[in-house]
Amino acid sequence: MSSVIEMRHGSGTLAMQQLIEQIFLPAFDNPYLNQKNDQACFAMKAGRLAMSTDAYVIAPLFFPGGDIGSLAVHGTINDLAMAGATPLYLAASFILEEGFLITDLQRIVASMARAAKKSKVVIVTGDTKVVERGKGDGVFITTTGIGIVPDGISLSSDRAKVGDKIIVSGFVGDHGIAIMSLRHNLHFHTLIQSDSVALDDLVQAMIKAVPDIHCLRDPTRGGVATTLNELAQSSKIGMVIEEAKIPIKIAVASACELLGLDALYVANEGKLIAICAQQDAAYLLTIMQAHLLGRDAQIIGTVVSDQRCLVQLKTRFGGMRIIDSLAGELLPRIC
Amino acid sequence: MKYLNEFRNPHYAKALAALIAKEAHADQQYLFMEFCGGHTHAIHRYGIPSLLPANVELIHGPGCPVCILPLSRIDKALALSAKPNVILCSYGDMLRVPGSHRQTLLTAKAGGADIRMVYSVQDALAIAIAMPDKNIVFFAIGFETTTPATAHAILEAKKLQLSNFSVFCNHVLTPVALECLLQSQANDPCPTLQGFIGPAHVSIIIGSKAYEAVCQKYRKPMVIAGFEPIDVLHAILLLIRQINHGVCKVEIQYCRAVTETGNGLSQQLIREVFALRDTFEWRGLGFLANSALKIKENYREFDAERRYTLNDTFSKAYPGCQCGAILRGLKKPQQCALFAKVCTPDNALGSCMVSSEGACAAVYAYSRVKC
Repeated sequence: MSSVIEMRHGSGTLAMQQLIEQIFLPAFDNPYLNQKNDQACFAMKAGRLAMSTDAYVIAPLFFPGGDIGSLAVHGTINDLAMAGATPLYLAASFILEEGFLITDLQRIVASMARAAKKSKVVIVTGDTKVVERGKGDGVFITTTGIGIVPDGISLSSDRAKVGDKIIVSGFVGDHGIAIMSLRHNLHFHTLIQSDSVALDDLVQAMIKAVPDIHCLRDPTRGGVATTLNELAQSSKIGMVIEEAKIPIKIAVASACELLGLDALYVANEGKLIAICAQQDAAYLLTIMQAHLLGRDAQIIGTVVSDQRCLVQLKTRFGGMRIIDSLAGELLPRIC
Repeated sequence: MKYLNEFRNPHYAKALAALIAKEAHADQQYLFMEFCGGHTHAIHRYGIPSLLPANVELIHGPGCPVCILPLSRIDKALALSAKPNVILCSYGDMLRVPGSHRQTLLTAKAGGADIRMVYSVQDALAIAIAMPDKNIVFFAIGFETTTPATAHAILEAKKLQLSNFSVFCNHVLTPVALECLLQSQANDPCPTLQGFIGPAHVSIIIGSKAYEAVCQKYRKPMVIAGFEPIDVLHAILLLIRQINHGVCKVEIQYCRAVTETGNGLSQQLIREVFALRDTFEWRGLGFLANSALKIKENYREFDAERRYTLNDTFSKAYPGCQCGAILRGLKKPQQCALFAKVCTPDNALGSCMVSSEGACAAVYAYSRVKC
């Protein structure tokens, strides 16, 4: 096989067959995919299903703590997990750019396989297309997932109630800062790694302990601030968050200072925000802190009554201020 | 690392706020202007007004380099980005500022212009070196803080004989803007402004002496403060003390960085590369004589305004936009009918809403409604 992706790898020819047989099938190895049908057929237990899809575009493709492959698996698993679902099956589609290194594709696919295996998720069907050089960014991946929601679980962003507690599962802002530090025009070095990880196991432990968690959401793009605002809007409530309680690593805080950014708006790929009744909060926190992925969890605030649906921050400094959704792209300040 | 907590320590803040409340005479009104956008940002981010007694008030000044750039210059930058084979490099917060027809550098980029966000002029220089067949134009903005870096890049470009690098120079001068403000205040029948929280980073470059003449001429004290909330509170206390004692001097609160004479090497770089412009337009302040810099004859080949033909456009602000009055400290953002209704960070109509240093953006983000 050639060492780079060529147009023929997407044209339904023998080359495409080879690509599938030599790269995707061995890595994702499972009976559904091995049948080489255009779809996967599987039996499901009766009950509620969760389904989610997400497209992944990221530069650079490889970063400390992960790569586009693991991110594409974790991201969709997390979207399912935020409904309390046990993720089962994934579909993956690849848009490859002409000239993309086959070895890089192999690395990405291997990383996807590892990530899926860890969450006991099977990649059952997929697709590849190739675009001309200059019309893609190496590789774009879309994953779609299906999972089963256990009986009695009803997580939804409109269920936050006045008096509820707001919990974050760990340090915020790591992913965004790790990615930004690698952008070619930013010359700063950091040991911060992306927090990209699948949260399904943590969520299972949480809903087992407290089945009536009201909301779960992973604060990806737009960060914690944007996610809290979305939850406040959906539930038609306000929130008061305590700055001093939000776990932020010093390295992330420092990078944000340098770049003129606010860590609350920086993306995460392995954190969740949970909202539950006040009487469940302490127990839920203990359960989360007992799990590797929630050991730095903190209760960061309370749901309050507010028709304006504002998220307010009680600052370390003793004042109060509003935290809004992110408007536009994160742009650094001049001075 | 200390800056992340010590200069934001709530206990120090309380102590300073108590001193301010004690020393401010109850029967007197204190009105200070924070010149810099960086201060505006800190004041709102940390809720400083809520820590001050009712008779101590702050108003925002024109010290946000993004905000004071007039539409005509943004229109010219947009025109430059549309020139064939040009890559326009700009600081991040300039990208969202709307020009005359609500076009921004970001919309121009989406329309096909090659516009790149850089963190420093050095990045633009690096692009010029790496891409010799492209013409790199650096959209240089800023007060004296960013000017030395631009000067250094031009000197580098000259040394390397780079023929594909030029600078669209919009560097402006702080003391001139200060004088203009005070002049318009002096014409005001009820001059109320009593003193200034002086620029932080600008003063590192130009030194505290640079404000001496204008502060004495108009008898307005100034305290040069750092950008942390404790710095700002401390500066307010020092200003109140000057007023109470009938003193008028330029004082340095930000003594960990600012000296009387400033950074000599930076000043030398500025003198080598730049000369005074006869006049330059400021948003809100109009055309001010000797208020900005142009590239000297010796370095003319690096001057984008000489290299490219740029027509003067008829630049028009959004009707009702009060950025001008806000930049002169005559109006507060909430007094603009567009504020938080039509003009929001998502849909910024004026420059003060775009840059997070802008007064409107700071008030919108942190205190548009009483918490």
